Amino acid sequence: MTHGVATSHAPPRPQSFLRRHVFSVDHKVIGRQYLDLALVAVVTGMVLSWIMRFHLGWPETPVPGLGKLAPTGAAGGVITPEYYLALMTMHGTIMVFFVLTTAPFAGFGNFFLPIHVGAEDMAFPRINMMSFWVTLVAFLVLLSAFFVGDGPPLSGWTAYAPLSAVGKDAGPGQGVGQTLWAISIAIFCVAQLLGSLNFIATTLDLRTRGMSLARLPFATWAWFITSVIGLVAFAVLMPACILLILDRVAGTSFFIPAGLVISDRLQPHAGGSPLLWQHLFWFFGHPEVYIAILPGFGIVSQILPVFARKPLLGPRVFITCLIAIAFLSYTVWGHHMFLSGMNPLSATLFSVPTLVITIPATIITLLWIGTLYGARLRFTSASLFALGFVSVFVSGGISGFFLAQPSTDIYLHGTYFVVAHFHFVMGVAAMFGIFAGTYFWFPKMFGRMMNETLGRWHFWLTFIGVYCVFMPMHYLGLAGNVRRYSAFTDEYLQPLIPLHRFITIAALFTGAVQLIFLFNLIRSRLRGPKAPDNPWEATTLEWSTSSPPPHDNFGGRQPVVSHGPNEYGNAGPRDYVMQADPQ
Amino acid sequence: MGKLFAVVVTVIALVSAAIFAFHVWWLPPDISTHGVRIDRQMNETMVVAGALFVLGQLALAGFVWRFSAGERGAPRPVKSFPGGPTPLVVLATVLVGIEILVLTFVGSKVWADVYQTPPAPGALQIEVLGEQFAFYFRYAGADGKFGAMHPEMMNDATENFFGLDPANDTTARDDIVVGSLVIPINQPVVLEMHAKDVNHSFYVPELRIQQDFVPGLVIPLHFTATTPGKYELVCTQLCGLGHYNMRAFVEVKTQPDFAQWLKEKAAAL
Repeated sequence: MTHGVATSHAPPRPQSFLRRHVFSVDHKVIGRQYLDLALVAVVTGMVLSWIMRFHLGWPETPVPGLGKLAPTGAAGGVITPEYYLALMTMHGTIMVFFVLTTAPFAGFGNFFLPIHVGAEDMAFPRINMMSFWVTLVAFLVLLSAFFVGDGPPLSGWTAYAPLSAVGKDAGPGQGVGQTLWAISIAIFCVAQLLGSLNFIATTLDLRTRGMSLARLPFATWAWFITSVIGLVAFAVLMPACILLILDRVAGTSFFIPAGLVISDRLQPHAGGSPLLWQHLFWFFGHPEVYIAILPGFGIVSQILPVFARKPLLGPRVFITCLIAIAFLSYTVWGHHMFLSGMNPLSATLFSVPTLVITIPATIITLLWIGTLYGARLRFTSASLFALGFVSVFVSGGISGFFLAQPSTDIYLHGTYFVVAHFHFVMGVAAMFGIFAGTYFWFPKMFGRMMNETLGRWHFWLTFIGVYCVFMPMHYLGLAGNVRRYSAFTDEYLQPLIPLHRFITIAALFTGAVQLIFLFNLIRSRLRGPKAPDNPWEATTLEWSTSSPPPHDNFGGRQPVVSHGPNEYGNAGPRDYVMQADPQ
Repeated sequence: MGKLFAVVVTVIALVSAAIFAFHVWWLPPDISTHGVRIDRQMNETMVVAGALFVLGQLALAGFVWRFSAGERGAPRPVKSFPGGPTPLVVLATVLVGIEILVLTFVGSKVWADVYQTPPAPGALQIEVLGEQFAFYFRYAGADGKFGAMHPEMMNDATENFFGLDPANDTTARDDIVVGSLVIPINQPVVLEMHAKDVNHSFYVPELRIQQDFVPGLVIPLHFTATTPGKYELVCTQLCGLGHYNMRAFVEVKTQPDFAQWLKEKAAAL
């Protein structure tokens, strides 16, 4: 391979504190900044979900201290129906955009993609820095909705029009709060577009000598394909948000038809289509699921061989399946809209690719399980979370069969069954990917080992906890329990309240368990034992350099790659060949 | 550690599957003519998906149990999966492929019967209005015609939910507007669904029917109820702060009871 005769892309190491640690163009600093942002976001999003779950279990009991934090939304600590929806909207938005997109893709991707390809930095370091700061602005704009007059919007993370488009007539939070939401997401799209471009350019142009595409590590393949998906998906969401903002502030009617009477006021709009928003949103929204989960596929495929001590089964099949999923991900968005009022014939047409996409996903799952065959499995926090990922991904993927078919979706759409499905498949599974990646790469990122005992406790309690939280939601859905309800006034829902209480207790418990992780993270960053260069005996380039890597990643030398990333299980005392090992 | 993992995954898989299999929580009894086929599709999907779920989890658990490194002794050499990835690719493609073909072939007919075929001639036509946060229903009255809707005349305070103009519109004068959906058994019913303000949805679990209201569109929805009784109709599309409380009742009556009810409502106008 003659590709990538490296040119120096790492600017000289700056001296000032601000340029080194805050406004840094070093992809490693930016990757850590993304991960820190995601950590703040995930704590926020999880606290919001605790308040919601507490309210669902014990609607009349005040949440301690909440009355002071949100005097209008939760006077005396008991949240109002509109505040419940506001918390739900913010929970979904924060988690999907600022955690599940930010951590596994932008966070780990930024830190490791350039190192994986043997480059000194991203192709466009300054644009890279800009992507992070634009993401931070988007996050702050979103959070500011908590502090405006009517509070945050209540139209959900999907912001269906016209509820999201007509302004404050539609309810509390639908004034300034909803506008801030749309602005935040539009800004977020800019950051993602810049980031995706950077990932693509870096992967294609900055590969070091010998790093052919076939030798790219699996995580980098996943980040690369995720970037391609993101480039198209966010390029649609951004104009959709701009049109929404125009409907709200400039009096246009892209998503609002004529003749709507809201709060006894005939709305001054005509000619728009609520379904247009749904099509644009889900054209982004379904690929977004893969943006959240494909990096997890890559991380798990990179981690499992390390701890199984044998190569990933079918590496080319794996990459082919990733590419197939990327293409198919653009053909399935209508399965969110079977009952939306679109042409019912198109429901059948959208159903077919939705079911077909399970074939590459099933193949990938079987490759992971097949990789375990004949392995010499080592159990660490990283490998446990990678194995846990396979389990929760199977659980979440299977329930897709029910929702992919219009005939069964008639009953299950809009129920907790859907909540269970997407939390397992893109929430829990993606989080397990993030945890696995954290335990795996922490030594490289910070030069210190994490505490394994705490890590294993974290795994076991989280693994059992998430099943107790999300598996029962399937049962709720089968019983017809509607989602997005802040209270259960319907008679047929009364018998389900004990199950809701069980879920609430499990959710509070699983949430509390995450404090173990947080403690481990902070303590190990400060006081963990020094990490060797290659603690897990792995092959990829990041393990050929020091922990943490120097400013230019490889200390002034350009790595030359002579091997693929998948060479484990050799006979002899050293059972693996590193990518940078000589021929 | 591997054995612990295997046991935990096995227990989770079997307990979860048993709760599904024994219908600890399940769909309420169906009261529609089309629902039996939706339930059959649900059951078939449950069997196939359930089998894949249990097999997948058990395979994971089994391999982790069997292939742990262990603490002592010389490391044994690793083995590759027999036949490489090809058998797994074929297995996944054939197994899931057949499942997709079967589910799509049967399922799309079930779907088409509800959503793609026109209602039977002579179906009882009822207009439904979804608004923040209530449902209203309108019957055409003696003339069999619905009065036109005028959004600018909609007014909840005067109970003119549909924006009717009886002063100028003779067809509107005998329209019956009520807050519960009252329907006869064994007669096809077709709803014409209007949204006054934002998206709503019409969901009656026992009727096995769900459909969004979309502002600007009139959406037809037809079904036939088979069992008299009182059932809950709830909104499943997020519509604002009172979404959780947007509900109404569906009263399914025998044919004579329904005729009597309609007569009383017409007389009360």
